[in-house]
Amino acid sequence: MARYESLLDACGGTPLVGLPRLSPTVPEGAPPVRLWAKLEDRNPTGSIKDRPALFMVREAEESGRLRPGDTILEPTSGNTGISLAMVAKLRGYRLVCVMPENVSSERVQILRMYGAEIIFSPAAGGSNQAVAVAKQIAAEHPDWVMLFQYGNPGNARAHYETTGPELLHDLPTITHFVAGLGTTGTLMGTGRFLREKVDGIQIVAAEPRYGELVYGLRNIDEGYVPELYDETVLTRRFSVGTRDAVLRTRQLVEVEGIFAGFSSGAILHAALAVAHEAVKAGTRADVAFVVCDGGWKYLSTGAYGGTLGEAEEALEGQLWA
Amino acid sequence: MAIEVRVPTILRSYTGGSKVVEGSGATLSGLIDDLDAKHSGLKGRLLTPEGGLHRFVNIYVNDEDVRFLGALDAKLADGDAVTILPAVAGGALGFAAAAALLGSSSNRNATAPELTEGR
Repeated sequence: MARYESLLDACGGTPLVGLPRLSPTVPEGAPPVRLWAKLEDRNPTGSIKDRPALFMVREAEESGRLRPGDTILEPTSGNTGISLAMVAKLRGYRLVCVMPENVSSERVQILRMYGAEIIFSPAAGGSNQAVAVAKQIAAEHPDWVMLFQYGNPGNARAHYETTGPELLHDLPTITHFVAGLGTTGTLMGTGRFLREKVDGIQIVAAEPRYGELVYGLRNIDEGYVPELYDETVLTRRFSVGTRDAVLRTRQLVEVEGIFAGFSSGAILHAALAVAHEAVKAGTRADVAFVVCDGGWKYLSTGAYGGTLGEAEEALEGQLWA
Repeated sequence: MAIEVRVPTILRSYTGGSKVVEGSGATLSGLIDDLDAKHSGLKGRLLTPEGGLHRFVNIYVNDEDVRFLGALDAKLADGDAVTILPAVAGGALGFAAAAALLGSSSNRNATAPELTEGR
């Protein structure tokens, strides 16, 4: 279908494209091992987050939690903020994002363009300070609605009801699904759906491993696992470092012409790992993985050019996925 | 050859500031005992009093999460690379914010009760 009543109706239904050049070659006579990319950058604001943003808003509307003219508060500077900003604009809500003042100017510009309001927290305080600010704001405005993607079942449901069925429809022979682990919504929703429909399906998580600064907790008990996370949905979970993510992101554009963000490179890295294992084992594999967004928002990092070492340095301390 | 273990900043007080230490063991459990013998107190930070892996500790063997490799029974071999990380998982702002917001009773109202109910 190519005609929609509005932009919101054009969410999802993204293409699944084969990667004939990046798929590993198998010995003659051996069963095929193929990689497939689900191009989530083909969503209204250019990322997979349009799906959960739309679902969470719709469900909050249906339950009466969100009423016309309400204010949505979300502490995010990432793709979810951008998706929410678009949905909020079209559905008539005010969106307030809380973020540290040192986030990239692209993010700020995109959010403002969609009409979101931004409350900055001091850069020196990092995310802890942003948290403190968000807490304070939430306390001062009990009527504002926090959709809270990390614990909102609507996030996973968006993928259970759309991403999963789309994949099964387009690739009934799917053997592996590989996606990024952030809020865990994509893997939980799509994973649950595919486990119900496909015997022996492998649900594989690729988790970005950032520079040390990101793990700078004062104490282990400050850690956090999203409420949505249920490890029984996963088969395996890989940690992918910056260097491997950059390498695969570059391969994706150089070899297959897909210009993606670094989280997609991390996911491809895990997808290739399971694909090569299948070749070794001589088993058939149709590995579908998620391309979360395009590379546009990350160009200013400079990590698409130069050596891998330089790119790694450019992304040090940044949340590249 | 031994097993190389990468230690996160938060646990380096136990390793004299070392980022990478060496250990040995046929399983993760054995490795942790060996590490604790050399760096006293480390085990208590990685495991719960009941002996399970701490909920906010992630351990990877050659970049794969041990919880999917048998957890404490995960098999190890010389030359393996083990990485220990606190579970802040990626989107630090989002995760940290979420943790703080959920952890604070004064802000429970900000997230409606129905959000915590599963499908």
